[in-house]
Amino acid sequence: MKQYLLSVHFVEGAPTPSDEEMQTMFRETGRINDDMQAAGAWVFAGGLTSPESATVVRADNGTTTMSDGPFAETKEHIAGFWVIKCADLDAALAWAERCAAACGPVEVRPFDDLSQA
Amino acid sequence: MDLANIYRAEYGRCVATLARLLGDINLAEEAVQDAFTTALQKWQTPPPNPGAWIVTTARNRAVDRLRRESTREARHAQALLLHHQDEPQEVGPVRDDQLRLIFTCCHPALAPEARTALTLRLLGGLEVPEIARAYLVQEATVAQRIVRAKKKIRDAAIPYRVPAEHELPDRLPPVLTVLYLMFNEGYASTAGPLIRTDLCAEAIRLARELAALMPDEPEVLGLLALLLLTEARRPARLDPTTGELVLLADQDRALWNRALIAEGHDLVRRCLRRNRPGAYQIQAAISAVHTDGAATDWPQVLALYDQLLALVPTPVVALNRAVAVAEVHGPAVALAALEGVDLPGYHRLPATRAELLARLGRNYEARAAYDQAAALATNETERAYLQNRRTELTREWRAS
Repeated sequence: MKQYLLSVHFVEGAPTPSDEEMQTMFRETGRINDDMQAAGAWVFAGGLTSPESATVVRADNGTTTMSDGPFAETKEHIAGFWVIKCADLDAALAWAERCAAACGPVEVRPFDDLSQA
Repeated sequence: MDLANIYRAEYGRCVATLARLLGDINLAEEAVQDAFTTALQKWQTPPPNPGAWIVTTARNRAVDRLRRESTREARHAQALLLHHQDEPQEVGPVRDDQLRLIFTCCHPALAPEARTALTLRLLGGLEVPEIARAYLVQEATVAQRIVRAKKKIRDAAIPYRVPAEHELPDRLPPVLTVLYLMFNEGYASTAGPLIRTDLCAEAIRLARELAALMPDEPEVLGLLALLLLTEARRPARLDPTTGELVLLADQDRALWNRALIAEGHDLVRRCLRRNRPGAYQIQAAISAVHTDGAATDWPQVLALYDQLLALVPTPVVALNRAVAVAEVHGPAVALAALEGVDLPGYHRLPATRAELLARLGRNYEARAAYDQAAALATNETERAYLQNRRTELTREWRAS
Protein backbone atom coordinates (compact mmCIF):
# COMPACT_ATOMS: atom_id res chain seq x y z
CA MET A 1 0.00 0.00 0.00
CA LYS A 2 1.19 3.49 -0.87
CA GLN A 3 0.23 6.62 1.01
CA TYR A 4 -0.68 9.84 -0.77
CA LEU A 5 -1.25 13.40 0.36
CA LEU A 6 -4.25 14.97 -1.36
CA SER A 7 -3.99 18.69 -0.70
CA VAL A 8 -6.58 21.34 -1.47
CA HIS A 9 -5.23 24.77 -2.37
CA PHE A 10 -6.76 28.13 -1.99
CA VAL A 11 -5.66 31.24 -3.82
CA GLU A 12 -5.52 34.56 -1.97
CA GLY A 13 -7.96 37.07 -3.39
CA ALA A 14 -10.16 34.44 -5.03
CA PRO A 15 -13.87 35.10 -4.36
CA THR A 16 -15.05 33.58 -1.08
CA PRO A 17 -17.62 30.85 -1.59
CA SER A 18 -21.16 31.62 -0.49
CA ASP A 19 -22.66 29.98 2.61
CA GLU A 20 -24.62 27.68 0.39
CA GLU A 21 -21.50 26.66 -1.54
CA MET A 22 -19.67 26.06 1.76
CA GLN A 23 -22.51 23.84 2.96
CA THR A 24 -22.37 21.78 -0.26
CA MET A 25 -18.57 21.50 0.08
CA PHE A 26 -18.82 20.29 3.69
CA ARG A 27 -21.56 17.83 2.86
CA GLU A 28 -19.66 16.35 -0.10
CA THR A 29 -16.39 16.26 1.88
CA GLY A 30 -18.21 14.38 4.64
CA ARG A 31 -19.47 11.87 2.08
CA ILE A 32 -15.99 11.39 0.63
CA ASN A 33 -14.57 10.79 4.13
CA ASP A 34 -17.25 8.17 4.82
CA ASP A 35 -16.58 6.41 1.52
CA MET A 36 -12.82 6.50 2.11
CA GLN A 37 -13.29 4.96 5.53
CA ALA A 38 -15.60 2.28 4.18
CA ALA A 39 -13.01 1.46 1.48
CA GLY A 40 -10.17 1.35 4.00
CA ALA A 41 -8.37 4.19 2.21
CA TRP A 42 -8.81 6.94 4.85
CA VAL A 43 -5.79 7.71 7.04
CA PHE A 44 -6.41 11.31 8.07
CA ALA A 45 -8.19 14.39 6.80
CA GLY A 46 -8.67 17.95 7.94
CA GLY A 47 -9.39 21.52 6.93
CA LEU A 48 -7.08 24.34 7.98
CA THR A 49 -7.74 27.88 9.19
CA SER A 50 -6.46 30.80 7.14
CA PRO A 51 -2.67 31.18 6.66
CA GLU A 52 -2.63 34.38 8.79
CA SER A 53 -3.08 32.19 11.84
CA ALA A 54 0.18 30.33 11.10
CA THR A 55 3.41 30.70 13.07
CA VAL A 56 6.83 29.73 11.74
CA VAL A 57 9.35 28.29 14.20
CA ARG A 58 13.07 28.22 13.40
CA ALA A 59 15.75 26.50 15.43
CA ASP A 60 19.19 27.64 14.23
CA ASN A 61 22.39 27.11 16.20
CA GLY A 62 20.55 26.60 19.44
CA THR A 63 18.41 29.74 19.16
CA THR A 64 14.73 29.41 18.53
CA THR A 65 12.88 32.20 16.77
CA MET A 66 9.24 32.50 15.97
CA SER A 67 7.57 34.63 13.38
CA ASP A 68 4.00 35.46 12.49
CA GLY A 69 2.46 34.30 9.25
CA PRO A 70 2.86 31.45 6.79
CA PHE A 71 6.26 30.04 5.69
CA ALA A 72 5.78 30.29 1.94
CA GLU A 73 5.57 33.80 0.52
CA THR A 74 3.09 32.85 -2.15
CA LYS A 75 -0.51 33.60 -2.97
CA GLU A 76 -1.47 29.92 -2.79
CA HIS A 77 -1.87 28.09 0.50
CA ILE A 78 -2.96 24.66 1.61
CA ALA A 79 -6.54 24.91 2.82
CA GLY A 80 -7.03 21.29 3.77
CA PHE A 81 -5.85 17.80 2.99
CA TRP A 82 -6.42 14.09 3.05
CA VAL A 83 -3.88 11.38 3.72
CA ILE A 84 -5.01 8.18 2.05
CA LYS A 85 -3.59 4.73 1.48
CA CYS A 86 -4.26 2.76 -1.68
CA ALA A 87 -2.68 0.34 -4.14
CA ASP A 88 -1.41 2.73 -6.78
CA LEU A 89 -1.61 6.19 -8.33
CA ASP A 90 -4.72 5.35 -10.38
CA ALA A 91 -6.63 4.58 -7.20
CA ALA A 92 -5.37 7.82 -5.59
CA LEU A 93 -6.33 9.82 -8.70
CA ALA A 94 -9.84 8.38 -8.61
CA TRP A 95 -10.29 9.67 -5.03
CA ALA A 96 -8.66 12.99 -5.99
CA GLU A 97 -11.20 13.42 -8.79
CA ARG A 98 -14.02 13.37 -6.25
CA CYS A 99 -12.11 15.65 -3.85
CA ALA A 100 -11.44 18.14 -6.67
CA ALA A 101 -15.11 18.17 -7.67
CA ALA A 102 -15.99 19.07 -4.08
CA CYS A 103 -13.17 21.47 -3.15
CA GLY A 104 -11.31 22.69 -6.27
CA PRO A 105 -7.85 21.70 -7.57
CA VAL A 106 -6.19 18.89 -5.62
CA GLU A 107 -2.49 18.05 -5.64
CA VAL A 108 -1.72 14.33 -5.33
CA ARG A 109 1.67 13.67 -3.84
CA PRO A 110 3.05 10.26 -2.85
CA PHE A 111 4.71 9.75 0.53
CA ASP A 112 8.31 8.62 0.49
CA ASP A 113 8.31 4.84 1.04
CA LEU A 114 11.02 5.16 3.68
CA SER A 115 8.88 7.44 5.87
CA GLN A 116 5.97 5.03 5.89
CA ALA A 117 5.53 2.80 8.85
CA MET B 1 18.41 -11.53 -38.95
CA ASP B 2 21.31 -9.76 -37.26
CA LEU B 3 21.49 -8.79 -33.61
CA ALA B 4 20.69 -5.11 -34.30
CA ASN B 5 17.39 -6.07 -35.96
CA ILE B 6 16.56 -8.53 -33.20
CA TYR B 7 17.33 -5.83 -30.64
CA ARG B 8 14.99 -3.35 -32.36
CA ALA B 9 12.22 -5.94 -32.68
CA GLU B 10 12.48 -7.59 -29.28
CA TYR B 11 13.83 -4.95 -26.87
CA GLY B 12 10.50 -3.31 -26.02
CA ARG B 13 8.64 -6.60 -25.69
CA CYS B 14 11.29 -8.05 -23.40
CA VAL B 15 11.48 -4.92 -21.22
CA ALA B 16 7.69 -4.97 -20.91
CA THR B 17 7.64 -8.58 -19.74
CA LEU B 18 10.56 -8.08 -17.34
CA ALA B 19 8.91 -4.93 -15.94
CA ARG B 20 5.95 -7.06 -14.93
CA LEU B 21 8.13 -9.84 -13.52
CA LEU B 22 10.36 -7.42 -11.56
CA GLY B 23 7.88 -4.63 -10.86
CA ASP B 24 10.54 -2.06 -11.75
CA ILE B 25 11.40 -0.47 -15.11
CA ASN B 26 15.06 0.26 -14.31
CA LEU B 27 15.73 -3.30 -13.18
CA ALA B 28 13.91 -4.58 -16.25
CA GLU B 29 16.02 -2.47 -18.62
CA GLU B 30 19.28 -3.52 -16.92
CA ALA B 31 18.31 -7.19 -17.08
CA VAL B 32 17.38 -7.01 -20.78
CA GLN B 33 20.58 -5.12 -21.63
CA ASP B 34 22.59 -7.75 -19.72
CA ALA B 35 20.86 -10.47 -21.71
CA PHE B 36 21.65 -8.79 -25.06
CA THR B 37 25.29 -8.43 -23.99
CA THR B 38 25.33 -12.16 -23.24
CA ALA B 39 23.69 -12.87 -26.61
CA LEU B 40 26.41 -10.88 -28.36
CA GLN B 41 29.04 -13.15 -26.79
CA LYS B 42 27.21 -16.48 -27.08
CA TRP B 43 25.16 -16.50 -30.27
CA GLN B 44 26.85 -17.99 -33.31
CA THR B 45 23.49 -17.85 -35.03
CA PRO B 46 20.36 -16.53 -33.28
CA PRO B 47 18.09 -19.15 -31.62
CA PRO B 48 14.72 -19.86 -33.31
CA ASN B 49 12.84 -17.75 -30.75
CA PRO B 50 15.25 -14.97 -29.78
CA GLY B 51 12.66 -13.15 -27.62
CA ALA B 52 12.13 -16.18 -25.41
CA TRP B 53 15.90 -16.63 -25.06
CA ILE B 54 16.31 -12.97 -24.04
CA VAL B 55 13.45 -13.09 -21.52
CA THR B 56 14.75 -16.29 -19.89
CA THR B 57 18.33 -15.02 -19.80
CA ALA B 58 17.26 -11.59 -18.51
CA ARG B 59 15.20 -13.25 -15.81
CA ASN B 60 18.11 -15.44 -14.71
CA ARG B 61 20.50 -12.49 -14.77
CA ALA B 62 18.04 -10.47 -12.67
CA VAL B 63 17.84 -13.26 -10.10
CA ASP B 64 21.65 -13.39 -9.87
CA ARG B 65 21.91 -9.65 -9.56
CA LEU B 66 19.16 -9.40 -6.95
CA ARG B 67 20.78 -12.13 -4.82
CA ARG B 68 23.94 -10.01 -4.64
CA GLU B 69 22.08 -6.86 -3.69
CA SER B 70 20.10 -6.17 -0.57
CA THR B 71 18.40 -2.85 -1.28
CA ARG B 72 14.74 -2.44 -0.62
CA GLU B 73 13.93 -2.48 -4.35
CA ALA B 74 15.96 -5.64 -4.84
CA ARG B 75 14.15 -7.42 -2.01
CA HIS B 76 10.81 -6.30 -3.41
CA ALA B 77 11.71 -7.49 -6.92
CA GLN B 78 12.98 -10.79 -5.55
CA ALA B 79 9.70 -11.34 -3.76
CA LEU B 80 7.82 -10.63 -6.98
CA LEU B 81 10.00 -13.06 -8.94
CA LEU B 82 9.41 -15.80 -6.35
CA HIS B 83 5.71 -15.09 -6.59
CA HIS B 84 5.83 -15.50 -10.38
CA GLN B 85 7.75 -18.79 -10.15
CA ASP B 86 4.48 -20.63 -9.57
CA GLU B 87 3.34 -19.54 -13.02
CA PRO B 88 4.15 -21.72 -15.99
CA GLN B 89 7.55 -20.78 -17.41
CA GLU B 90 7.29 -17.91 -19.90
CA VAL B 91 7.63 -19.01 -23.49
CA GLY B 92 8.68 -15.52 -24.48
CA PRO B 93 7.57 -11.94 -24.24
CA VAL B 94 3.88 -11.65 -23.40
CA ARG B 95 1.98 -9.27 -25.68
CA ASP B 96 -0.27 -7.94 -22.90
CA ASP B 97 2.86 -6.76 -21.13
CA GLN B 98 3.56 -4.29 -23.93
CA LEU B 99 0.08 -2.91 -23.69
CA ARG B 100 0.49 -2.53 -19.93
CA LEU B 101 3.80 -0.73 -20.42
CA ILE B 102 2.52 1.61 -23.13
CA PHE B 103 -0.33 2.72 -20.88
CA THR B 104 2.22 3.32 -18.11
CA CYS B 105 4.52 5.32 -20.44
CA CYS B 106 1.57 7.42 -21.66
CA HIS B 107 -0.03 7.94 -18.25
CA PRO B 108 -1.70 11.37 -18.04
CA ALA B 109 0.20 12.02 -14.77
CA LEU B 110 3.43 12.21 -16.83
CA ALA B 111 4.43 15.32 -18.80
CA PRO B 112 3.38 14.99 -22.48
CA GLU B 113 6.96 15.38 -23.82
CA ALA B 114 8.13 12.71 -21.36
CA ARG B 115 5.47 10.25 -22.59
CA THR B 116 6.83 10.19 -26.14
CA ALA B 117 10.46 9.97 -25.06
CA LEU B 118 9.71 7.16 -22.62
CA THR B 119 7.63 5.22 -25.17
CA LEU B 120 10.40 5.46 -27.78
CA ARG B 121 13.03 4.42 -25.23
CA LEU B 122 11.21 1.55 -23.52
CA LEU B 123 8.99 0.15 -26.25
CA GLY B 124 10.91 1.22 -29.34
CA GLY B 125 14.35 0.50 -27.90
CA LEU B 126 15.63 3.82 -29.32
CA GLU B 127 18.72 5.24 -27.64
CA VAL B 128 18.70 8.69 -26.03
CA PRO B 129 20.77 10.34 -28.84
CA GLU B 130 18.35 8.95 -31.47
CA ILE B 131 15.35 10.38 -29.60
CA ALA B 132 17.15 13.72 -29.15
CA ARG B 133 17.88 13.87 -32.90
CA ALA B 134 14.30 13.00 -33.79
CA TYR B 135 12.86 15.76 -31.61
CA LEU B 136 15.59 18.38 -32.04
CA VAL B 137 16.31 18.63 -28.34
CA GLN B 138 19.49 18.25 -26.33
CA GLU B 139 20.47 14.71 -25.36
CA ALA B 140 20.75 15.85 -21.73
CA THR B 141 17.14 17.11 -21.87
CA VAL B 142 15.85 13.79 -23.21
CA ALA B 143 17.88 11.83 -20.67
CA GLN B 144 16.55 13.99 -17.85
CA ARG B 145 12.94 13.66 -19.03
CA ILE B 146 13.27 9.87 -19.11
CA VAL B 147 14.94 9.68 -15.70
CA ARG B 148 12.32 11.96 -14.13
CA ALA B 149 9.44 10.04 -15.69
CA LYS B 150 10.81 6.68 -14.51
CA LYS B 151 11.33 8.11 -11.02
CA LYS B 152 7.76 9.38 -10.93
CA ILE B 153 6.42 6.00 -12.12
CA ARG B 154 8.23 4.37 -9.20
CA ASP B 155 7.67 7.02 -6.51
CA ALA B 156 4.02 7.71 -7.27
CA ALA B 157 3.30 4.01 -7.99
CA ILE B 158 1.88 4.51 -11.48
CA PRO B 159 0.56 0.99 -12.08
CA TYR B 160 1.44 -1.45 -14.88
CA ARG B 161 -1.97 -2.37 -16.03
CA VAL B 162 -4.34 -1.95 -18.92
CA PRO B 163 -7.01 0.53 -17.81
CA ALA B 164 -10.53 -0.75 -17.24
CA GLU B 165 -13.15 -0.14 -19.92
CA HIS B 166 -14.62 2.91 -18.13
CA GLU B 167 -11.16 4.52 -17.83
CA LEU B 168 -10.34 4.21 -21.54
CA PRO B 169 -11.96 7.49 -22.62
CA ASP B 170 -9.33 9.30 -20.51
CA ARG B 171 -6.45 6.89 -20.94
CA LEU B 172 -6.53 5.85 -24.59
CA PRO B 173 -6.23 9.33 -26.23
CA PRO B 174 -2.74 10.07 -24.79
CA VAL B 175 -1.51 6.69 -26.12
CA LEU B 176 -2.92 7.41 -29.59
CA THR B 177 -1.43 10.92 -29.48
CA VAL B 178 2.04 9.54 -28.73
CA LEU B 179 1.87 7.10 -31.66
CA TYR B 180 0.47 9.79 -33.98
CA LEU B 181 3.20 12.28 -33.03
CA MET B 182 5.87 9.61 -33.37
CA PHE B 183 4.70 8.84 -36.91
CA ASN B 184 4.31 12.51 -37.82
CA GLU B 185 7.79 13.35 -36.65
CA GLY B 186 9.05 10.52 -38.81
CA TYR B 187 6.98 11.57 -41.82
CA ALA B 188 7.59 15.32 -41.73
CA SER B 189 10.69 15.73 -39.61
CA THR B 190 11.26 19.09 -38.00
CA ALA B 191 14.78 19.05 -39.43
CA GLY B 192 17.19 16.80 -41.24
CA PRO B 193 15.89 14.46 -43.94
CA LEU B 194 12.16 14.99 -44.53
CA ILE B 195 11.23 11.40 -43.83
CA ARG B 196 12.67 9.30 -41.03
CA THR B 197 11.52 5.78 -41.81
CA ASP B 198 12.64 4.35 -38.45
CA LEU B 199 10.20 6.53 -36.49
CA CYS B 200 7.38 5.78 -38.96
CA ALA B 201 8.05 2.04 -38.81
CA GLU B 202 8.12 2.06 -35.01
CA ALA B 203 4.85 4.01 -34.76
CA ILE B 204 3.18 1.58 -37.18
CA ARG B 205 4.57 -1.44 -35.33
CA LEU B 206 3.20 -0.16 -32.01
CA ALA B 207 -0.15 0.85 -33.58
CA ARG B 208 -0.44 -2.66 -35.02
CA GLU B 209 0.24 -4.17 -31.59
CA LEU B 210 -2.35 -1.87 -30.05
CA ALA B 211 -4.93 -2.76 -32.73
CA ALA B 212 -4.27 -6.48 -32.25
CA LEU B 213 -4.73 -6.10 -28.50
CA MET B 214 -7.74 -3.75 -28.61
CA PRO B 215 -9.62 -4.76 -31.79
CA ASP B 216 -12.88 -3.35 -30.42
CA GLU B 217 -11.65 0.25 -30.12
CA PRO B 218 -12.54 1.98 -33.41
CA GLU B 219 -10.17 4.92 -32.81
CA VAL B 220 -7.25 2.47 -32.47
CA LEU B 221 -8.18 0.93 -35.83
CA GLY B 222 -8.69 4.44 -37.24
CA LEU B 223 -5.21 5.53 -36.16
CA LEU B 224 -3.63 2.39 -37.62
CA ALA B 225 -5.51 2.91 -40.91
CA LEU B 226 -4.42 6.56 -41.04
CA LEU B 227 -0.77 5.64 -40.49
CA LEU B 228 -0.87 2.82 -43.08
CA LEU B 229 -2.56 4.95 -45.75
CA THR B 230 -0.10 7.79 -45.18
CA GLU B 231 2.86 5.41 -45.20
CA ALA B 232 1.55 3.84 -48.44
CA ARG B 233 2.05 7.15 -50.28
CA ARG B 234 5.57 7.72 -48.93
CA PRO B 235 7.45 6.22 -51.97
CA ALA B 236 5.85 8.89 -54.19
CA ARG B 237 6.31 11.82 -51.84
CA LEU B 238 9.81 12.82 -52.95
CA ASP B 239 10.98 13.16 -56.54
CA PRO B 240 13.42 10.24 -57.08
CA THR B 241 15.87 12.34 -59.11
CA THR B 242 15.74 15.77 -57.45
CA GLY B 243 14.67 14.72 -53.95
CA GLU B 244 12.04 17.47 -54.03
CA LEU B 245 8.63 17.32 -52.40
CA VAL B 246 5.82 16.10 -54.70
CA LEU B 247 2.27 17.18 -53.88
CA LEU B 248 -0.50 14.58 -53.66
CA ALA B 249 -2.11 15.63 -56.96
CA ASP B 250 1.20 15.28 -58.83
CA GLN B 251 2.30 12.00 -57.24
CA ASP B 252 2.93 8.90 -59.36
CA ARG B 253 0.19 6.60 -58.05
CA ALA B 254 1.99 3.56 -59.43
CA LEU B 255 4.59 4.06 -56.69
CA TRP B 256 2.05 3.76 -53.89
CA ASN B 257 2.16 0.62 -51.76
CA ARG B 258 -0.94 -1.34 -52.83
CA ALA B 259 -0.76 -3.83 -49.94
CA LEU B 260 -0.77 -1.08 -47.30
CA ILE B 261 -3.62 0.70 -49.11
CA ALA B 262 -5.71 -2.50 -49.18
CA GLU B 263 -5.05 -3.06 -45.46
CA GLY B 264 -5.90 0.58 -44.67
CA HIS B 265 -9.13 0.51 -46.69
CA ASP B 266 -10.18 -2.70 -44.97
CA LEU B 267 -9.67 -1.08 -41.57
CA VAL B 268 -11.64 2.02 -42.62
CA ARG B 269 -14.54 -0.23 -43.70
CA ARG B 270 -14.42 -2.00 -40.32
CA CYS B 271 -14.60 1.42 -38.62
CA LEU B 272 -17.57 2.48 -40.76
CA ARG B 273 -19.45 -0.68 -39.75
CA ARG B 274 -18.92 0.19 -36.07
CA ASN B 275 -20.38 3.64 -36.69
CA ARG B 276 -18.65 5.27 -33.71
CA PRO B 277 -16.75 8.01 -35.59
CA GLY B 278 -13.74 9.74 -34.06
CA ALA B 279 -10.99 12.10 -35.19
CA TYR B 280 -8.54 9.39 -36.30
CA GLN B 281 -11.20 7.41 -38.12
CA ILE B 282 -12.36 10.45 -40.09
CA GLN B 283 -8.76 11.34 -41.02
CA ALA B 284 -8.26 7.71 -42.09
CA ALA B 285 -11.43 7.93 -44.21
CA ILE B 286 -10.05 11.08 -45.88
CA SER B 287 -6.82 9.21 -46.64
CA ALA B 288 -8.89 6.32 -47.97
CA VAL B 289 -10.71 8.64 -50.40
CA HIS B 290 -7.35 10.04 -51.57
CA THR B 291 -6.05 6.55 -52.26
CA ASP B 292 -9.22 5.22 -53.91
CA GLY B 293 -9.39 5.11 -57.70
CA ALA B 294 -7.45 7.21 -60.18
CA ALA B 295 -8.30 10.63 -58.74
CA THR B 296 -9.50 12.10 -55.45
CA ASP B 297 -13.26 12.54 -54.95
CA TRP B 298 -12.98 16.05 -53.49
CA PRO B 299 -16.67 16.62 -52.54
CA GLN B 300 -16.43 13.49 -50.39
CA VAL B 301 -13.18 14.71 -48.82
CA LEU B 302 -14.82 18.06 -48.05
CA ALA B 303 -17.83 16.35 -46.44
CA LEU B 304 -15.44 14.39 -44.22
CA TYR B 305 -13.52 17.56 -43.29
CA ASP B 306 -16.82 19.22 -42.33
CA GLN B 307 -17.49 16.29 -40.03
CA LEU B 308 -13.93 16.47 -38.62
CA LEU B 309 -14.13 20.22 -38.04
CA ALA B 310 -17.39 19.79 -36.12
CA LEU B 311 -15.70 17.18 -33.92
CA VAL B 312 -12.27 18.86 -33.60
CA PRO B 313 -12.69 22.60 -34.24
CA THR B 314 -8.95 23.43 -34.39
CA PRO B 315 -7.12 25.84 -36.74
CA VAL B 316 -5.09 22.94 -38.25
CA VAL B 317 -8.30 21.13 -39.27
CA ALA B 318 -9.70 24.42 -40.64
CA LEU B 319 -6.51 24.81 -42.70
CA ASN B 320 -6.68 21.28 -44.13
CA ARG B 321 -10.38 21.71 -44.87
CA ALA B 322 -9.61 24.89 -46.85
CA VAL B 323 -7.53 22.80 -49.28
CA ALA B 324 -10.62 20.65 -49.99
CA VAL B 325 -12.81 23.78 -50.23
CA ALA B 326 -10.48 25.11 -52.96
CA GLU B 327 -10.90 21.92 -54.99
CA VAL B 328 -14.70 21.91 -54.70
CA HIS B 329 -15.66 25.61 -54.60
CA GLY B 330 -12.53 27.31 -55.96
CA PRO B 331 -9.64 29.27 -54.45
CA ALA B 332 -11.61 32.44 -53.64
CA VAL B 333 -14.03 30.58 -51.34
CA ALA B 334 -11.09 28.70 -49.76
CA LEU B 335 -9.24 31.95 -49.10
CA ALA B 336 -12.34 33.36 -47.43
CA ALA B 337 -12.58 30.17 -45.30
CA LEU B 338 -9.04 30.87 -44.05
CA GLU B 339 -10.00 34.34 -42.78
CA GLY B 340 -9.57 34.36 -39.02
CA VAL B 341 -7.56 31.12 -38.96
CA ASP B 342 -4.51 31.81 -36.85
CA LEU B 343 -1.55 29.42 -36.52
CA PRO B 344 1.44 31.47 -35.34
CA GLY B 345 4.76 30.06 -36.53
CA TYR B 346 3.27 27.27 -38.68
CA HIS B 347 4.55 27.51 -42.28
CA ARG B 348 1.64 25.57 -43.80
CA LEU B 349 -0.84 28.43 -43.26
CA PRO B 350 1.05 31.01 -45.40
CA ALA B 351 2.03 28.19 -47.82
CA THR B 352 -1.63 27.33 -48.41
CA ARG B 353 -2.60 31.00 -48.72
CA ALA B 354 0.23 31.48 -51.21
CA GLU B 355 -1.03 28.58 -53.34
CA LEU B 356 -4.59 29.95 -53.34
CA LEU B 357 -3.45 33.50 -54.13
CA ALA B 358 -1.33 32.18 -57.01
CA ARG B 359 -4.33 30.33 -58.44
CA LEU B 360 -6.31 33.58 -58.29
CA GLY B 361 -3.51 35.33 -60.18
CA ARG B 362 -2.76 37.56 -57.19
CA ASN B 363 0.96 36.92 -57.71
CA TYR B 364 2.31 39.85 -55.76
CA GLU B 365 0.53 38.70 -52.59
CA ALA B 366 1.32 35.06 -53.36
CA ARG B 367 5.05 35.78 -53.48
CA ALA B 368 4.92 37.55 -50.12
CA ALA B 369 3.06 34.59 -48.64
CA TYR B 370 5.63 32.10 -50.09
CA ASP B 371 8.42 34.19 -48.54
CA GLN B 372 6.65 34.13 -45.20
CA ALA B 373 6.14 30.35 -45.42
CA ALA B 374 9.76 29.67 -46.45
CA ALA B 375 10.99 31.74 -43.52
CA LEU B 376 8.88 29.66 -41.10
CA ALA B 377 9.61 26.20 -42.55
CA THR B 378 12.18 24.35 -40.43
CA ASN B 379 12.69 21.44 -42.80
CA GLU B 380 15.17 22.01 -45.67
CA THR B 381 13.18 19.99 -48.25
CA GLU B 382 9.99 21.89 -47.51
CA ARG B 383 11.77 25.24 -47.60
CA ALA B 384 13.34 24.40 -50.96
CA TYR B 385 9.90 23.44 -52.32
CA LEU B 386 8.39 26.78 -51.22
CA GLN B 387 11.26 28.79 -52.69
CA ASN B 388 10.92 26.89 -55.97
CA ARG B 389 7.22 27.61 -56.14
CA ARG B 390 7.96 31.30 -55.62
CA THR B 391 10.57 31.29 -58.38
CA GLU B 392 8.22 29.49 -60.80
CA LEU B 393 5.56 32.07 -60.06
CA THR B 394 7.92 34.93 -60.89
CA ARG B 395 8.88 33.16 -64.13
CA GLU B 396 5.25 32.51 -65.18
CA TRP B 397 4.45 36.10 -64.39
CA ARG B 398 7.28 37.44 -66.51
CA ALA B 399 6.36 35.07 -69.37
CA SER B 400 2.71 36.11 -69.45
